[in-house]
Amino acid sequence: MKSTLLVGALLTAMTATSAYAQAIKLADVAELSGGGATVGTNWKNGIDLAIEEINAKGGVLGRKLEVTHADSQSNPGVARAQVQKALDAEPYVLLGPGYSGSVKVTAPLAAEAGITQIMGGEAAELTQAGNKFLFRTSFGQQSSMPKVAKYIHDDMKAKTVAVVWVNNDFGRGGRDVVIKELERLGSKVVADLSTEAGQADFAADVGKIKAANPDAVFVYLNEEESARILKELKRQGVTAPLMGETTLIGQKVIELAGDAANGARGHVGLTTDAPVDLVKQFREKFSKKYNYVPDHNGLKGYLAVYMVKATTEKMGKVDPKKFADTLHGLTIKAADEPGILMDVTFDGNGDIDRQSFLVEVVEGKQVVKQVLPKVK
Amino acid sequence: MSNLFDLLVAGLATGAIYALVAVGFTLLWQTSQTINFAQGEFVMLPAFLMLAAMHAGAPFWLAIILGILLSMILLGLGFKMLLVDPMMRHGVLPLAIATMALAIGIKEAVKQFFSAEASPFPSIVPTGDISILGHAVSLQSIGVLVVAILAVVGLTTLLNRTSLGHQMQAAAQNPTVARIIGVPVERMILLTFLINAFLVALASLLITPIYLAKFSSGEVLGQAAFIAAIVGGFNQVRGAIAGGLLIGVLDNLAAAYVSTQYRAAVPMIFLIAVILFRPQGLLGRAEERTV
Repeated sequence: MKSTLLVGALLTAMTATSAYAQAIKLADVAELSGGGATVGTNWKNGIDLAIEEINAKGGVLGRKLEVTHADSQSNPGVARAQVQKALDAEPYVLLGPGYSGSVKVTAPLAAEAGITQIMGGEAAELTQAGNKFLFRTSFGQQSSMPKVAKYIHDDMKAKTVAVVWVNNDFGRGGRDVVIKELERLGSKVVADLSTEAGQADFAADVGKIKAANPDAVFVYLNEEESARILKELKRQGVTAPLMGETTLIGQKVIELAGDAANGARGHVGLTTDAPVDLVKQFREKFSKKYNYVPDHNGLKGYLAVYMVKATTEKMGKVDPKKFADTLHGLTIKAADEPGILMDVTFDGNGDIDRQSFLVEVVEGKQVVKQVLPKVK
Repeated sequence: MSNLFDLLVAGLATGAIYALVAVGFTLLWQTSQTINFAQGEFVMLPAFLMLAAMHAGAPFWLAIILGILLSMILLGLGFKMLLVDPMMRHGVLPLAIATMALAIGIKEAVKQFFSAEASPFPSIVPTGDISILGHAVSLQSIGVLVVAILAVVGLTTLLNRTSLGHQMQAAAQNPTVARIIGVPVERMILLTFLINAFLVALASLLITPIYLAKFSSGEVLGQAAFIAAIVGGFNQVRGAIAGGLLIGVLDNLAAAYVSTQYRAAVPMIFLIAVILFRPQGLLGRAEERTV
């Protein structure tokens, strides 16, 4: 009698496990603490929101989505270990990390395992290494920096430019492309300043910018450092217009820098202030769930999950091996899959083509000044 | 040239904050042989206490007062009674290691209870510029300098001009004799802990608007102040002040004229030079500490 009970219990347990295995497992490794905590937290929350929505509507091909979150501590070494651990559990798709440096060291692991990696990194080199399993959720620097340089040269009419960048993969990648483009267009780079990640005191760097007296300043730092340098630029009375990327004018930067962020401009691949209805709805849902306004990383995490959904539905089955092939060259239309928010096309390298925005901070708010259309 | 002037002012402002923190180092060392490796975290924490008070609805001025009072209770009284007193009898090294553990504890606690993300912190000085000798100098730099100088002048006056200060010095220099002539040594030691807590809370108030409130922001500060204290002379309050200002200026000049990548190395190299050629520090006295 006892043994029958035991067998019964075992059977129940086994059926329970097999029902559990029906879920599609995703693994997320993100910057949940350390310097990139803002990036990683937004990314994670975006993922959770998308999964909640998709599961509420019956999942993907009738199967629920499940995700495990791991913390890279904003450290490439830790990210590598966490990704290895995540891959050992054989996820359907790997999500993250957000930092380019962490993506760079983890991408070979995912490629070797044959698992598609959808990440938040923006360094130019990431998709140029011939990795067939790596996909972006936002523009790479090779797509965004030429737009930035063109804006500095054509619209800001800057003949001299100071470039401030953070000395890591992300910063160096952006700096290399933007300086090349600026010089090609005929703007002179009068100050080329590298700063350290986590740097607190920007007095000396801003002093150098002041001494160089440029027509425009291009600031390419991570969020917290961007806030600090904006404050210091204001403190030292630098009046040259400031141009950057998403990291200069993100919500968190505006919150941290306060008044000092006003007037800063940035090219933004993704913004929750985009004049696009689906993006506005996303922003509302996100703010309602988490009680704060997400930055572009929240959008990236959200889009990553919907990329998984659209690609899987396109294949008509859950096939991790065919996933990357299907996503290469795929165009996902917002009309067909509202979760993707804006029409997007992926090329053979995993790079993205989508419309983008030119944003200025006006009285503590991101204001979209121009919409730059999809290239193709 | 104007660049050099700006760098000097900014360096002095940062240095003045280092000095406040470094003075705390020397005070604790002199009176109780405590090398407080959590000093940087002591600067980070008050800002969060003030933020917590503001979240609870207190206006900024009240949050400042509450923050300073709470700091004095937690980082002064609490630190002495719960960590220093029980560890003291085991010697200087176990105590120093205990303060390292405390530093990790404070950091992780802040990360847990607030968040790992940076938060903005209001400035007590309005933003804007004033003109000095034809140079635009930011009010914030001036404000930081003025408050720090006032604090240091107040402290040195207390130490050198008042009976209480003399008793504190006596307790620091020779506790046995001080006790014989009737100085309440225990109370004097407690007083230095409270003064240290006050100074770090003040430093927190001044630096956080610039550095942002973040759980890890104490690491850089603690290290800079420690170097400042050693460079200036660990057993001299005026040494710590000079060391703080020197490190602040040196750091900024190094960033501007050497290289941003090596800015952190320059104070370190200076520290090594001081330890090699003048181990008692620039203004320290070699013979003073005998206990």
